[in-house]
Amino acid sequence: MLLGRTAASLFWMARYMERAENMARLIEVSYRISLMPKPFRAHQDDWSSALKSAHCEATFAGKYDTASQENVIQHLVLDRENPSSIRSSMETARNNGRAVRTALSRDVWESLNATWIELSTLRMNQLPSDKLPGFLDWIKQRSMLFRGAMLGTALRRDSFHFCQAGAFIERADNTARILDVKYHILLPRGAGPGSSIDRQQWASLLRSVSAHRAYRWAYRDASYQPWNVAEFLILNPAMPRSLLFCYDWISNNTLSEIEEEYGDGTLPCHETATETMNLLASANMEKIFQNGLHEFLSDFIDRNNRLTAEIATAYNFP
Amino acid sequence: MGDNFNEMLEADGSVRPPYALLHKWLETQTPGDLRAKIREAESIFRRLGITFAVYGTQEASERLIPFDIIPRIFAASEWRRLEAGIAQRVGALNAFIDDVYHRQEIVRAGKVPGDLILQNEAYLPQMAGHSPARNVYSHIIGTDIVRVGANDFYVLEDNCRTPSGVSYMLEDREAMMFLFPDLFAKHRVAPIEHYPELLRQTLDSVAPPQCEGEPTCVVLTPGIYNSAFFEHAFLADEMGVQLVTGDDLFVRDGWLYMRTTRSPVRVDVVYRRIDDDFLDPLTFNPNSTLGVPGIFDIYRAGRVTIVNAPGAGIADDKAVYSFMPDIVEFYTGEKPILNNVPTWRCSDSDSLAYVLEHLEELVVKEVHGSGGYGMLVGPTASKKEVATFRQILKKRPGNYIAQPTLALSSCPTFVKSGVAPRHVDLRPFALTGDRMRITPGGFTRVAMKQGSLVVNSSQGGGTKDTWVLED
Repeated sequence: MLLGRTAASLFWMARYMERAENMARLIEVSYRISLMPKPFRAHQDDWSSALKSAHCEATFAGKYDTASQENVIQHLVLDRENPSSIRSSMETARNNGRAVRTALSRDVWESLNATWIELSTLRMNQLPSDKLPGFLDWIKQRSMLFRGAMLGTALRRDSFHFCQAGAFIERADNTARILDVKYHILLPRGAGPGSSIDRQQWASLLRSVSAHRAYRWAYRDASYQPWNVAEFLILNPAMPRSLLFCYDWISNNTLSEIEEEYGDGTLPCHETATETMNLLASANMEKIFQNGLHEFLSDFIDRNNRLTAEIATAYNFP
Repeated sequence: MGDNFNEMLEADGSVRPPYALLHKWLETQTPGDLRAKIREAESIFRRLGITFAVYGTQEASERLIPFDIIPRIFAASEWRRLEAGIAQRVGALNAFIDDVYHRQEIVRAGKVPGDLILQNEAYLPQMAGHSPARNVYSHIIGTDIVRVGANDFYVLEDNCRTPSGVSYMLEDREAMMFLFPDLFAKHRVAPIEHYPELLRQTLDSVAPPQCEGEPTCVVLTPGIYNSAFFEHAFLADEMGVQLVTGDDLFVRDGWLYMRTTRSPVRVDVVYRRIDDDFLDPLTFNPNSTLGVPGIFDIYRAGRVTIVNAPGAGIADDKAVYSFMPDIVEFYTGEKPILNNVPTWRCSDSDSLAYVLEHLEELVVKEVHGSGGYGMLVGPTASKKEVATFRQILKKRPGNYIAQPTLALSSCPTFVKSGVAPRHVDLRPFALTGDRMRITPGGFTRVAMKQGSLVVNSSQGGGTKDTWVLED
């Protein structure tokens, strides 16, 4: 049993840590593309597509005129007015953690707090573009340290499971959004190999979820096949950022554990999670493409949001 | 201030016995060694988030309290005397509050004027006639004590509402044990780390009479932006109880509950770290969003215990302070062990005349002020400041009390120039429930500036670990 407020803080703490890490990956990929020779930089709108994937177009448009590299990085990394910037995400994660320190192990709290102490003093002028990759790496490492501290020291009880629910809902949301922004490059289009620009796009997409090497192990094809890329990120049960994996985890290792611990019966959030899990488990790519990849992903994002709302209701989040 | 008491060194340069080993050890340390230890300590504190919030500064809204790495040491015999004095005073304070809200025998006996209580802002008429569990009102008291001689201790202030600082006492000890294990090996230092256990036992012991089974205790905090939030979280964590904000609690059908991820859970004891005024918008400040609507009514009905009790502040009021020697004697039948600082109440015309004549030597304070506002420190004030204050004092004498400046003792402290004596005070913590529990030592605050007598953390004061040696 936890305070409803504590459960909410744990959920959002883990969610924002996951968001900061995903954001770092997304910026990393866009930055990589910007270093490629011109022909490979398929579209002038690489940076605006990063904004779209990060779901930050609205906050950006309110502040800047052009989606230049400098502006986008500024907005996604340190902008305090962007609630999803790396800085804001880390601050939100840390403030949520601070409010529920009693529910965190000392190691988890220290990893969170030490990251924030270092990040909070950082200014944009201390982050010239050649320092950016090192910084993004650091953010990923800090997030992984947090996750490791959690896995290594947290009691496996409701408090842990609420963190896991937050992290995996965020991760699923992130994967689905990135896919949705790029869905057009994944659509099957006749025979013949993709252009080098296409290959570049697919590789970037995989990279943005840290999956470009894993893909090679999972699929034997030397060049990327778009439908394989889509399948890998949606339906592969072994890929820890795929939608199926996330929902298997949420449904069978997280919400089910809370349900069992509390013994209060099955609530709407449990039903939604199981239903979404089953939907993914029984899906195949052919059908998904037939019915529309974009439609499929939009429906998934809606379901994922509904799950958050149902968890909040079921467990008395304030 | 050259003649103030030095806790380590006698006037002839010899070392006082409790400091013998420490003094020897200090001689083996270079300033570089000590400086490195300070940096290590600071990084530990910051990483653990042992900070206090400073209001109104965006950038440095969480600051560290300077930590001095040289411990302050009391011999067992010194502490026994102090402890007896604290126990006596704390017992009298609770008896006084009980009396104030019941028959007011002390007023009838002519020891304390009735107006002092009934006209006092700290007196809560809503508490009249209420008897909390075990008749304890101020369960946690932090007594601010200064030393002016080997056996001369003065109480500056009794903090009977929500005294803070205990987390620093505990974390300073943790840091010292981490940084200087060799020093601990050489000394027999009385442990203090069981304070949270004692606090939990105290809270459990004052569960309301209507509580059945194991009492559920919580710590009520105003939230993460409060200056002492770290301490609230720390204590809840160490005691193994929930840390709640007002939103987490609600009153239904005459009982107090907290909102949980399951069905609501009944709460029996609330260790609140918010002021009386914010406790219940239905009874006190109607604009408060920090408290719990309706909690005061069920408190009066004996269905929940609030720690410390609302209205306990009547006992640490500055005007009441001057009556403490009589109060102690009235309820204990004994002479006070700890001294009270002589206090002139300016409402009295003879006292006022004396104060006006000796303004340059005295400290003049507002009766209801706190945090060092609206006061005059005669010896360090300019002629002009004294003249201005004289006019203010004449206009509203009843608003002020005056005290002599005390020659605070000093302890060796590590500052920029090396190890030097700095002035200190002491806040021991006394817990009262089924019995009294006093942790050996307390929270030592040190004025880091040479000659300064201001030890408040908001004014740049630091903290020290406080050791009570065992025989």
